[in-house]
Order: sequence, then structure tokens, then C-alpha cells
Amino acid sequence: MDLAYIETLREALHKVSGYIYPNDLELQWSVLIVLYPYITGLVAGAFVLASLERVFDVKVLKPTYRLSLLVALAFLLVAPLPLNVHLGHPERGIEIFLTPHTSSAMAMFGFVYLWYLMVVLLMEVWLDYRREIVEWSRSETFWPKRVFYKVLTLGVDNISPRSLEIDDKLGRILTVVGLPSALLLHGYVGFIFGSIKANPWWSTPLMPVIFIFSAMASGIAGVMLIYMFMCWVRKVRIDMPCLDTIGKFLLTAIIVAFSLEMLEMLQTVYEAEEHFDIISLLVEGKLFVSMILVQIVMGSLTPIALLGVLQLAELREKTRKFICALSGVLALIGILAMRWNVVIGGQFFSKSLRGFTTYKMEFAGREGLLSAIILGLLPLAILAVLLYLLPPWPKEDQAKAS
Amino acid sequence: MKNFSRKQFLKTAAGAALVMAARAFSTPLSAAEKFFREPPWKRKKPYWGYAVDVTKCIGCARCVDACKTENDVPREAFYFRTWVERYILRRSGEVNVDSPNGGLDGYLPPSDPGTVTKSFFVPKMCNHCENPPCVQVCPVGATFKTEDGVILVDRKYCIGCRYCIQACPYGSRFFHPVLHVADKCTLCYHRIKKGLKTACVEVCPTGARMFGDLSDPKSAISKFYETETLQVLKANMGAEPKLVYKGLDKEVR
Ligand code: SF4
Ligand code: SF4
Repeated sequence: MDLAYIETLREALHKVSGYIYPNDLELQWSVLIVLYPYITGLVAGAFVLASLERVFDVKVLKPTYRLSLLVALAFLLVAPLPLNVHLGHPERGIEIFLTPHTSSAMAMFGFVYLWYLMVVLLMEVWLDYRREIVEWSRSETFWPKRVFYKVLTLGVDNISPRSLEIDDKLGRILTVVGLPSALLLHGYVGFIFGSIKANPWWSTPLMPVIFIFSAMASGIAGVMLIYMFMCWVRKVRIDMPCLDTIGKFLLTAIIVAFSLEMLEMLQTVYEAEEHFDIISLLVEGKLFVSMILVQIVMGSLTPIALLGVLQLAELREKTRKFICALSGVLALIGILAMRWNVVIGGQFFSKSLRGFTTYKMEFAGREGLLSAIILGLLPLAILAVLLYLLPPWPKEDQAKAS
Repeated sequence: MKNFSRKQFLKTAAGAALVMAARAFSTPLSAAEKFFREPPWKRKKPYWGYAVDVTKCIGCARCVDACKTENDVPREAFYFRTWVERYILRRSGEVNVDSPNGGLDGYLPPSDPGTVTKSFFVPKMCNHCENPPCVQVCPVGATFKTEDGVILVDRKYCIGCRYCIQACPYGSRFFHPVLHVADKCTLCYHRIKKGLKTACVEVCPTGARMFGDLSDPKSAISKFYETETLQVLKANMGAEPKLVYKGLDKEVR
């Protein structure tokens, strides 16, 4: 028994307000489970951005197309980790795949995940890079890298125009399949919460939809910031039409996500069911800062206003860049807060609907802040490796940079 | 070609609509028939049910103690397989609920007794739902329903994801701090299989707790089910609890 943890719970007993079912004292899903929908959201959002270029032919987004794919891949590789670290028996986690229970949303997530990772994302990245991989496997002078590329070719080194054309077609088909898959992936995460009828803060059919749109916002913001950062690192000019377009899509995604959230709120207030009292206490009290201030004012309204100005006024390039970057950061923080408000907020009140428990985040423990930070940064480290091995920049750019 | 296929399509659609309409008229749906579901205990033997007579409970919490001892439930104030709540309703409409250490620490006399209109105790535990949300969500099937209607957790199989704890509308589950798996009332499965009573029923001095075989029409529990006016908790959840209450107040949830 983890005595320090038990001690925290004993202390929490004194901070309970109202009446909670005794077993509701312990918050079951910690900050790691906040991270899990956040990360999958970034995956889905980044992929949507990639599809805009590929499927919807938004050509100005070309400079970020490959980057988006790599961002999606980096985050997707980490996505199941927080879930697994959080398990009471991580060593049995594999059972989700081996003996899945078909009526469980969580079990089905495993398959949606595998489908998306294996069939869609890896295939798409591979097809898209195949030509370069073959070229690199011939020209690379640093031998370990050369071997790596050789392996990556999977033995196919035909890069005749005909076969590249086929690649391109296949890639397009994959993206068309991938787009609903990405939405499914993240919609499903929403469903994991939205389908819990026992919890009125979670149980809503809008949950998957809200998750999808906030995911788009976070993914677009994430790719945008990484793109800007990488331009700065590589000392190349930011492609302004591209950035402006991303800004537009970001604005759209935030507006839709925010409207849906407000709609959901309105519904709760208007219907005023049995759980209304406890929910309003929750929002006015424990979630006031993280929801009203951070999620709504800072994370939604401010970027909407900023990006709105961008659409209406003729601004200098420098200002536009600044506004985009600021809005991106705010949106990312706001969406993280939204995940927190859903996951942790939904566990603050007891199912007795008569009281609240508390949550004291550990720092160093397995489910503490530190693990959360490490897991949150891990995708960026993976991305750095991916960027090194599979540079996504267009040829002219690369020449310029070197 | 195009025209032809459109015509085909329209024809098929019209045909399908006709068939459906004909079916609807010939066999009108009867709500009564559609909603009737034979309870499983008519088919399976034995099938366990549980009942609580709220009017008989005196809040002694001997059941809580017996449960913790019998089932090795950690003796902390936040791990319970069963607990007893006290409700105090006041003239102003105010409702006070408490359950100090699940009832084990005893209840303080109510403040301002003059304003109290009624007060009563409600024992709570797993409802062994007929349609259990906890079983539905378990990703590996570690939580399951037995042939005889009891909901159990396979401790060697549970991966400790805690999804079931989230899904239970009644707060009946907790995460076992030593075993790192989900834990809950087993209806003393190890005892009832031997023909013994559950620990809580065994020690209840007033007979407020009752348990037995629903498939046996002569059992006390079957009679109770048939003759008393009963309620379940949070019926709107559709979990169909097999723990029924007699004398439950509307303030209880
Ligand atoms: S009361 Fe909770 S734990 Fe018991 S069967 Fe119903 S949902 Fe499952
Ligand atoms: S905690 Fe165990 S019993 Fe509960 S849902 Fe997860 S695997 Fe199933």
C-alpha cells in the first residue's frame, strides 16, 4: 500500500464539502488522463490540417503538409502511453488487444488506434516519402543513416514516374480514408467520456463532436507554432499566405468548438435536470479559473478576437505573425484547460450529486505532474528525431537553409 | 443507362416502402408486448436478489464492520463495499446527509433537533444491476455477471483502468490500494455458494437487510419482491438494480 498516497486521501477527507459517497473521495483518473485526450486531439488536428492540402486541395498549405503528418505521427506514438502508465497493472494492458470486450468504448479505442497508426498514418508517411527515402538510401554518406533508409525502402526502390504516380494516387486515397479515421480516433476519445451515463458532466452526445473540433483547433495551432518555430531555427522566411490560411482555419475551428461548448452549456442550464445544482456550483467554484477564465475567456474568446482582427484589418507582416503565434499559444492552453475541466472537473463532484471531493496533484509519483510533463514533451523529442531523419521541407528550402 | 438505373432505384425504394407500410398495418406494434421482458430468475436457478427495508435500519453499521472483516476491505474511510447513509430532512426543506466513516464512527445527534421533520438510514452497496454499466465498459471483461446474477471482478485479470468505477452510478466501487484492481461487493460469493448468508445480512440485528434466491417462489425475498412496494436507486440510469428498497424517500440518491 502506498502510504504517502493514503495519507493524501486522509487529508482530502477534511476538505470534502457536502456529502459524497465514501468511495468517491479518491479521484480515479489523474492528470495523465487529461493528457491522453489532449495528445490524441493534437494528432487528429494535425492530420486534418494535412488533409486540407491533400484532399481539399488547399495548395497554399503545402509548406506544412509533411510537417503536419510528422507531428501527427510523433504525438500518435505517445498517445497510449499516459493511459498505460495510469493502469493499476500496466503489464496486463496488452489484454485490451488480446481479449477485448466488444461493448467497451475503451477496448475499441485500441483498434481504432492501431488502424489509424498502422494503416493510415505510417502508410501515408511512407508513401509520401518513398521517393526521397530511395534517393537518400543511395546518396546518404553517413552509413548508419544510409542503412536506416535502405531498411525504410522496404526493398522497393522503383521510383519511375509511373510508380510515383501510383504512390500519389494511393496517398490520396489514404488521406481520404484517413480523414474520417482521424475524426473517428478522436471522436472515440470523446465517446469514452460521453458514453458514461453515470456522470452528468460527461454524458452528452455532443462530447465527441466537441472533442473533434477542439482537437482540430489544437492540432492546427500546434502545427502552426511548430512551423513558425522551425522557420526561425532554420532561418528561412515564413510563408505568409500559408500562415494566414492556417490562421483562418484555426479561427474556424475555435469558433465551431466554442459554439458547441456553449450550446452544451445552454442546454444544461435550460433543462436544469437533477444534476443542475451541483454542476452550477462546480462551474462557479472549483472550475471558475480553469473553465471561465482560462478555457473560455483566455483560450477561446481572446484568440477568436485576435484572429478575427487579422481577417478584418490589413496588418503588417510582423504583427500578423505575432497575432498568429499568440492565438496559437492561447488556444493550446485553452484546450488543455478544457481537457482538464472535462476529465478532472467531472470527478470533483460525487455521484451523490450532493458534494465535492478534492484533487491534489502529486509531483513526482507515477501519476504526478512530472510524469505528465515528461509525457507531454516526449512527442516533441520524437518529432525532433523524425524531422532529422525525414526532413519535411521542400527542396529549394533545404538548399537555401544549407 | 443513367435514367434506367434511377428508375430502378425509385422502383426498389417504392417497393421497400410498400412492404414496410404493409407490415406496419398487418402487425401493429404492441408496446406492452414489446416492453415485457421476462426476469432472468424465471429461467435460471438460483438467481440472487437483495432487499433493504429502510424503515427497519437503525444505523448501527454492524453490516459495514462485518463486511470489512469478512472481505478484508481496507479499513480506511474511503474504501467501502457497503456503507450506511443517514438522512436528516428539515422543515425548511434542507437535507443533510452523512455517513461518518461509512457509519462505523457513529452519527452525531442532529443540530437543532426542533427543525427536523424526519430522519432515516439508508444502507448502500453494489446493486448487482441486471444491466450493469460497469460490466459494459470494462475493456477486458474482467468485470462480469455470473450465471446466478452476481457482478464480480476477476482480480487476476483486471488491468486497473478504473473505467468501471467511473461507470457505476452508485459509487459502489473503489480501487483496491494493495491489489491495484477494481473492488466491490461480491455478495459474499464465497459464502452464498456454500449456502451461507452474506456477512451483512447475517449480522443485521433488525432484519433490514434481506437476501435470497429470486428463482424460488417460496423464498422470503421472492415474497418481498412480490408483495411490497419497492423502489430502486436512480432508476433513470436503466441499470436495473436487483437491490430493491422498501420505504425509500424521494431525497435519497
Ligand atoms: S451498482 Fe455499480 S458496481 Fe454494482 S452492478 Fe451496478 S453498476 Fe456495477
Ligand atoms: S478497472 Fe478492472 S474491472 Fe474495472 S473496467 Fe478496468 S479492467 Fe475492468
